[in-house]
Amino acid sequence: MTESQSPLLSLDQLSKTYIGRRSLVERLMRVPPTNVQAVNQVSFDIRRGETLGLIGESGCGKSTLGRSILRLHEPSSGKVVYDGQDITGLNPQDMKTMRRRMQIIFQDPYASLNPRRSVVELVGLPLKLHGLAKNDAEVREKVAYIIERVGLKANQMDRYPHQFSGGQRQRIGIARALVSHPEFIVCDEPVSALDVSIQAQIIQLLQELKQEMGLTYLFISHDISVIGYLSDRVAVMYLGDLVELGPVESVLNNPRHPYTQSLMSAAPDVDQPGKRDRVQLTGDLPSPMNPPSGCKFHTRCPVAIDRCKTEVPVIESVGEGHQARCHRLGEQISVLNLSA
Amino acid sequence: MTTSFKPLRTGRPKFDPNSIFWRNMQTFANNRLALFCAFVVLLFVFISIFAPWIAPHDPNETDLFRRLQPPAWKDGGTWAHVLGCDALGRDILSRIIYGSRVSIFIGAAVILVATTIGTLAGLAAGYLRGWVDTVISRVVDILLAFPYLIFAIGLMAMMGPGLGNIILALAYKEWVIPCRVVRGETLATREQEYVEAARALGASDRHIMLKEILPNILSPVVVVSTIRMAHVIILEASLSFLGLGVQPPTASWGAMVADGRAFILESWWVSTFPGVAILLLVLAINVASQGLRDAFDPRFQQ
Repeated sequence: MTESQSPLLSLDQLSKTYIGRRSLVERLMRVPPTNVQAVNQVSFDIRRGETLGLIGESGCGKSTLGRSILRLHEPSSGKVVYDGQDITGLNPQDMKTMRRRMQIIFQDPYASLNPRRSVVELVGLPLKLHGLAKNDAEVREKVAYIIERVGLKANQMDRYPHQFSGGQRQRIGIARALVSHPEFIVCDEPVSALDVSIQAQIIQLLQELKQEMGLTYLFISHDISVIGYLSDRVAVMYLGDLVELGPVESVLNNPRHPYTQSLMSAAPDVDQPGKRDRVQLTGDLPSPMNPPSGCKFHTRCPVAIDRCKTEVPVIESVGEGHQARCHRLGEQISVLNLSA
Repeated sequence: MTTSFKPLRTGRPKFDPNSIFWRNMQTFANNRLALFCAFVVLLFVFISIFAPWIAPHDPNETDLFRRLQPPAWKDGGTWAHVLGCDALGRDILSRIIYGSRVSIFIGAAVILVATTIGTLAGLAAGYLRGWVDTVISRVVDILLAFPYLIFAIGLMAMMGPGLGNIILALAYKEWVIPCRVVRGETLATREQEYVEAARALGASDRHIMLKEILPNILSPVVVVSTIRMAHVIILEASLSFLGLGVQPPTASWGAMVADGRAFILESWWVSTFPGVAILLLVLAINVASQGLRDAFDPRFQQ
């Protein structure tokens, strides 16, 4: 398999800031708005046909990043280059054409399906919006094909979402994302709302579909085992910053950023029930409205030094295709050794 | 690859007894009082439609010999004029039957116009936000600051009487009610993930507002509209009572109450029976619409 040189998607300093609303009085008194920097100057490439796992704890901006890439939330600055074209400045008409090629699978299979529409209406909507079917009969034919492919029965297509189980609903969501034959899918925690037994089925399905349809995934999750199973490369986010990025083996087995190290040590391991060294981070995720100075992780980092409080670290290469953002990378430091 | 499936049917299934709508309707049907009131409302509608066949007399036929004739069960009353006659000798029952046409027609027309305008404005304000929301919400606030009846009286004085003008005068302000309801519901619904899903699929704002959001917020709109219909009927009666509504000799309940005002002590029936008709219709609509609200409001469901 030869990989084409140009990445399918590349992010250039992508940021998303939510600007807080101020009342009239506050505006007159020139109180500065409380901004939330949800995504802070994230840059990375996604290659054709790969799965990039995006991992981080709740509120770190991973879902916002996924939505900003699709312009569901308008990025505040930076560029999203899709197949050589900067899509951040596209007009609505061109963006609509582009949307056929990039899709999203949502986390909540209950909230993401309109309860008033039947399966054929839900899954057939992209066909109608993009003129991919000539008439209703063709819509039904294509919907029947895709819902059978995702593991539902064609004769279920006139039912409504409330008549399905969570796993089946997620299959409907997958069918809807795939019916227009896109190339790139943002999977926004597609299995975290499901039972563990069903999670495995859905992950298997996503893997099969990727092979068959030549898809590229951005797979967002907080579950390290799911990411480890699916991904070719992994990106780790903390408070809106990309802190580590690299091939899945090297990030999971040899994490370099202290945050990634503690994240990995927190993952349960069936083979080692007694568990190896474990680092427990203290404190909560700081408020993104008022992020810490310097390295945003210094408030919780077990190996932080004075420099971390003042100076923002840059992301640097630590191996082949492996990057991390920490001042102490050169010292080969590991938070795991501290507890020993 | 299995592509064998049943022959394709076009069109959707006609009736699904498990759909949310039918389950709600069953809840409604279990509420005996509300169901009874719904029948009363339907009876009024039936009477108004078939008034020429039901009314025993011509509502505008005057006969001064029958002036202020009492109801049939009182001395001097006849069974030919069950509810008696007014100051011009017109049959009160027939005038009530014809008067129901004015009340129900104006009530329905105002609600139809107001709900259509209010729903579109509310959807635009709630979904598009920004300056659209600011403009629409400020207009709504301004209109709400006017007392309803005084606003309608002013408009009627400006435009002059007439059926179309009454509908306009009431709808001018009535649309703010569905508008506020729809705006609030839209604000909540636009954050739903299925709305975001539709945007990700490339749907236009128009599609999202009318096809994704509107079907999901229709129940509260229908419920509010039926409740407001009772208010509009009272307002129409008030305008007619003040002489700004439908012009004589057309029978209208409010005007009939006003006609009998001068003789209220000696000939109470002239004002009382049209008043009772207003009361019955408005009460029936209110109870029925509250049953509707209980059935369609998810908070009342298990």
